[in-house]
Amino acid sequence: MDLAQDVFRYVEKMPGGNLILTTTDSLFNWAKANSLWYLLFGLKCCAIEMMAAGASRYDLDRLGLMFRASPRQTDLMIVAGTVTAKMAPRIRTLWEQMAEPRYVIAMGSCAITGGAFFYDSYAAIKGVDEVIPVDVYIPGCPPRPEALIEGILKLQEKIKKESLTKR
Amino acid sequence: MTEEKKISREELLATGENIKAQYNFLVFITAVDYPERNVIGMVYHLRSLGNRDTLIIKIDLPREKPEIASVAGIWPAAEWHEREVFDLFGVNFLGHPDLRRILLPPDWEGSPLRKDYTKPGVIKRPETIK
Repeated sequence: MDLAQDVFRYVEKMPGGNLILTTTDSLFNWAKANSLWYLLFGLKCCAIEMMAAGASRYDLDRLGLMFRASPRQTDLMIVAGTVTAKMAPRIRTLWEQMAEPRYVIAMGSCAITGGAFFYDSYAAIKGVDEVIPVDVYIPGCPPRPEALIEGILKLQEKIKKESLTKR
Repeated sequence: MTEEKKISREELLATGENIKAQYNFLVFITAVDYPERNVIGMVYHLRSLGNRDTLIIKIDLPREKPEIASVAGIWPAAEWHEREVFDLFGVNFLGHPDLRRILLPPDWEGSPLRKDYTKPGVIKRPETIK
């Protein structure tokens, strides 16, 4: 797909008047959805699958996803692994340092509910959504890179439905 | 060859000084909680890099006031291991250079690896789920 043509498709939709906002929306959403830079950050074994998804075999770069080592340059946080009581405040800090708009993917059973550490664990937080809001949940223990990619596509669908005026 | 020794806590420092030339590698220090005997058992795994022997030293401590001398001065590796045992079992190491929590957050209360440890929010595993 020719990217320049893709942009023009949205620009041509602009008949004028109050419709401008919605078309700006689609232009912005197109840009946001296709440049989801994610935080270079993994907590546990799911991070291995995340790395595999980022490496050349599954190649997240083709979806516009690149990892950045600073939360200030990222749009997406992939919480890959068990969230412990000690890590939770640090995750919260990282999330607060990310610039708006920001998105969170909870990857794997542990990040969703605590997973294998749900019972009898003094340290595991029962799901990262107790700490930060989550956009997409990806089940699996750990999810395969394909599952992560599907979650990212779902997130892109969600972003494309967003509007500047209401979030 | 693996040898196991049970000693009292007063003998630890003297024993350590005696054997440190031979057992020059401290593999790990850990502890076991035995509530039925009212004991916290310290376990020291030592290894001799020269003749490849292993020595296991076991020491029983009273559960109410577990205190023992630090061996960080004999085997420097002991420092973090003792901090871990302090963190998770609440054993007090006398003469330790820097005794504070190592794994848990600094404001944590209690010793989670003791059998009677409870914390609000911890969900017990039901009998039906193995």
